Amino acid sequence: MTHVLDVQNLRVSFPADHRRVYPVDGVSFWLDRGETLALVGESGCGKSLTSLALLQLIPHPGQIEPSSVIQLADTDVLALRGEALRQIRGRRIGMIFQDPMTSLNPVFRVGDQIVEGILAHFKISRAEARDRALHLLQEVGIPDPVERLNAYPHQLSGGMRQRVMIAIALSAEPEILVADEPTTALDVTVQAQILEVLDRLRTSRGMAVLLITHDLGIVAGRADRVAVMYAGQIIEEAPTDLLFANPSHPYTQGLFASVPRITGPLRRLTPIRGNVPAPSAWPSGCRFRPRCPKAFDKSEQEPPLLPVEIDHNMRCWLAERNG
Amino acid sequence: MADPGSPLLSVRDLKKYYQAAGLFGRAAPPVRAVDGVSFEIGRGETLALVGESGCGKSTVGRTILRLQEPTSGSASFEGADIFSLNRAALRALRRRMQIIFQDPYSSLNPRMSIGAAVAEGIEIHRLAPRKEIPERVSALLHEVGLDPEYARRYPHEFSGGQRQRIGIARALAVQPAFLVCDEPVSALDVSVQAQVLNLLSDLQQQRGLSYLFIAHDLAVVRQVAHRIAVMYLGHIVEQGSTDQLLSNPRHPYTVALLSAVPEPEPGVSRSRIVLRGDLPSPSNPPSGCPFHTRCFHPAKNERCRTEVPPLRLVAGTVAACHYAETTPRPAEAGAALI
Repeated sequence: MTHVLDVQNLRVSFPADHRRVYPVDGVSFWLDRGETLALVGESGCGKSLTSLALLQLIPHPGQIEPSSVIQLADTDVLALRGEALRQIRGRRIGMIFQDPMTSLNPVFRVGDQIVEGILAHFKISRAEARDRALHLLQEVGIPDPVERLNAYPHQLSGGMRQRVMIAIALSAEPEILVADEPTTALDVTVQAQILEVLDRLRTSRGMAVLLITHDLGIVAGRADRVAVMYAGQIIEEAPTDLLFANPSHPYTQGLFASVPRITGPLRRLTPIRGNVPAPSAWPSGCRFRPRCPKAFDKSEQEPPLLPVEIDHNMRCWLAERNG
Repeated sequence: MADPGSPLLSVRDLKKYYQAAGLFGRAAPPVRAVDGVSFEIGRGETLALVGESGCGKSTVGRTILRLQEPTSGSASFEGADIFSLNRAALRALRRRMQIIFQDPYSSLNPRMSIGAAVAEGIEIHRLAPRKEIPERVSALLHEVGLDPEYARRYPHEFSGGQRQRIGIARALAVQPAFLVCDEPVSALDVSVQAQVLNLLSDLQQQRGLSYLFIAHDLAVVRQVAHRIAVMYLGHIVEQGSTDQLLSNPRHPYTVALLSAVPEPEPGVSRSRIVLRGDLPSPSNPPSGCPFHTRCFHPAKNERCRTEVPPLRLVAGTVAACHYAETTPRPAEAGAALI
């Protein structure tokens, strides 16, 4: 079976001081229909650039390296230019971002913005488009949808705005929804609402979701598979249950030890020492080596993704010892 | 001097209304950001003020420091009546009370070296002879886990976590007894967040500091707070020891807040309560119980709509709910309500 999305050896480079740095450096993953893959990592790990690369939205002067492959079903995304690329953006891969206010136009009514999106992708009448917009607002759980169609973005709360953005993304009926930190700017009770909506839509529409987040807690309840990123690479990947039951890369273990819990015995947090290095300062060998409590002599060579158990891989030489 | 048994800070019925100018000069209803809040903080104790955006928690912190003037209420700190102090007395008070912010970058002068920023408070309050100041600054940077060599560098050279440490060093420079920590780790990555939380705990141990810890994340709060007060629409709706409040919440809003915390444990599927609708506007709060428009308590009735529930002692915490005795646990409250 072919995957809905297949990304192979994605590399994104930026010029820096007479050389190039690679904030995304050899990322590979796939997505199947109706599935959620979570890309998890801290700021600067390359997770957002990875998602932007899917639509060729890497900001200037960055570029996607020629060896990268992004295959959307039977389409080679990186070969597309101009109009053909616009056919993909929004239409086949939808996107929602952390801050819905900056993605909505403040001077147009919410309804008009949704209708605009629908008319850009489908040849239907304005009245039909408005009808669809109304259904979409209902589908994402907006109360009084008729009234909200006529509202301006500033008249809506943060959670309502994010629902509108989801409605706009859904209006083109994309195969894949990329959600980049969709609930980070929202309060926890609102976050719970939005995650429920995304989950419901994935099931009802069979959409694939790429969830980009820094929050392991969100991943636990929602994703089928998890890929943890550090310094531009996927350093551990597994089905969610396996990863949470047996986090194996020392960085992943460090992340879990840093997260405060609301249940279980209260213990002092064990932070990861040091800071995330900048792309220009990534160490040679294993990139986590300077911060790793388990680094050993072999860590001076760069590890590939090695199997930990079935479906579970990590970029750490320790996998050889345990195996 | 207050007697040693009395709380360090005591706040009574604090109110802060913002008068928004209405259209064509007509008076609009005031925004009731803080609407009658009372609490105490002992020496060496951390009280966490928890709630979602717009609940008034940050306004409480700023009003206590008189960065904003209260509408009414009283507050005493080390025996002094904060709200009636003149300028000189207020200045002396601010040496004892400091604040650290969510985004330390915006509170640091980009053109002032780290050393100068930390030294500023010591100079203003004349806490050390000039020639001893560099030594003091080095000691402070060391205390917050930064290399004293950094004193010569500028804010843009530091990561978020390091800037927060600088903010803490700057606050500690004047030897305060009390810190308002306003979402101090919300903007930080988890690995760095843990570093800063541990630092705040250690400093409390070593210096006997008291904290008012303002945050929205209950899991973070659990790490640092002795007691928790939950705010909703300008009111404290529940208050109690961290243990009691998290293990046996009595106010339905606390229950909802707790159940919404995403916990990294996939096997344990906790039942979530997803609250209906949005936070009402603080300029037009609901009658009766402020939470009744979103409440899922099965006993909810007409009384909730008309009668404001007072804070009262119920099974270990103080909660403002008419039916706090029978508030369901998340598991009992059933499936998610959207």
